[in-house]
Amino acid sequence: MSGSQEIRSQIASIQNTQKITKAMEMVAASKMKKAQDQMSKARPYAEKISNVISHLAHAHPEYTSEFFVAREVKKKGYIIISSDRGLCGGLNNNLFKLVVESIEEDKKVDIKPSFSLIGSKALSFFQRIGGDVMAQTAQLGDKPKIEQVLGLIKSTIDNFINGDIDEVYLVYNKFLNTVSQEPVIQKVLPIKSEEKNSDYDYYWDYLYEPDAETVLESLFTRYIESLVYRGLVENLACEQASRMVAMKAASDNATDLISELQLIYNKNRQAAITQEISEIISGAAAL
Amino acid sequence: MSDKIKLEIVSAEEELFSEEVEMVYAPAEMGEVGISPKHTPLITKLKPGDIRAQINKDQMKTFYVSGGILEIQPNEVTILSDTALREDDLDEERALEAERLAQEAMKNSANEVDATKAKSELLQAAAQLRLIKKLRSNSKK
Repeated sequence: MSGSQEIRSQIASIQNTQKITKAMEMVAASKMKKAQDQMSKARPYAEKISNVISHLAHAHPEYTSEFFVAREVKKKGYIIISSDRGLCGGLNNNLFKLVVESIEEDKKVDIKPSFSLIGSKALSFFQRIGGDVMAQTAQLGDKPKIEQVLGLIKSTIDNFINGDIDEVYLVYNKFLNTVSQEPVIQKVLPIKSEEKNSDYDYYWDYLYEPDAETVLESLFTRYIESLVYRGLVENLACEQASRMVAMKAASDNATDLISELQLIYNKNRQAAITQEISEIISGAAAL
Repeated sequence: MSDKIKLEIVSAEEELFSEEVEMVYAPAEMGEVGISPKHTPLITKLKPGDIRAQINKDQMKTFYVSGGILEIQPNEVTILSDTALREDDLDEERALEAERLAQEAMKNSANEVDATKAKSELLQAAAQLRLIKKLRSNSKK
């Protein structure tokens, strides 16, 4: 049995840790609320822009954009959204696992991967395992702005248009609810053109100002941006939810540990007192 | 009602306005456009400037946009407003910056993904998580 003093200081140190994990849990809970808010605020834009794009699919534009052209795939681009900070359970690892599996699959048919990385965790992971990284950005904070990822998106789209990569996938964690998040790989480029709706059989097209190419190109760029931004906020909500759960588990563990140690400490103390009393009694008897 | 048109202004980060209005004026790239109900479908880029919405005879609302895209359907106007200032040069600069950061960060790493290393690392992390779970369930017993 370790000494009482040692046990007591151990309990104190666990209590301190527990204070921290509890605080982190509460902070994560409030940040998750904010991230969820941001998620719902971003929804109208995403809906509107997909509306416009589906209108466009029903129109009969004479200009066919490179954003829609499917090519033979030799190289895949992945935009990977990870968190900046750790202590959020298996969130990032599950995501990377999915990516690694997909890369392995592609390797069999000779498709090479190329990455655009958002978040420090993704960066440090690929720094360790290597990989062809096109662009990266990190330290986006708790309230990411779309500005912070514009450069990365532009460089990825440029690579797609140049033909350096033939497809682009977005990898992020989907927010299902507080306790469950699901890593997903979503195809963003080429844009999947929708089935033409038969209600729209008659011929019509937009007026384009100044011309179809300029307008559509900036429209599609914004569409991709809105997809990435949505992934970004959703991943942020996941990060906070996951951290909240992890920290709750840590606090519970600390409670268990403390009660165990407390029990040992009390037993020790009792044993010491019993021993002392029996010593006194036997001493008194000897007199 | 047929003499009104639905105006929706959204930005990537939030919804700004959604109401039926009588008339909309917007700073299109080729000059300001005024949009009444039953306008022909049109899609155009916006310049930085003011969007004015005539809600009724004596009520006018103004929004500033730093650019974006305007889509017109006969009974609906959608404005996808940009939150960030967008110039081609600026975008180019941002892209180069993101690429430079990547090159710098990956200077000491291999160009190919080391799948075995990746897997072993992920397995390790997963094993650690499992161990923690196991310890936890044991301590509960």
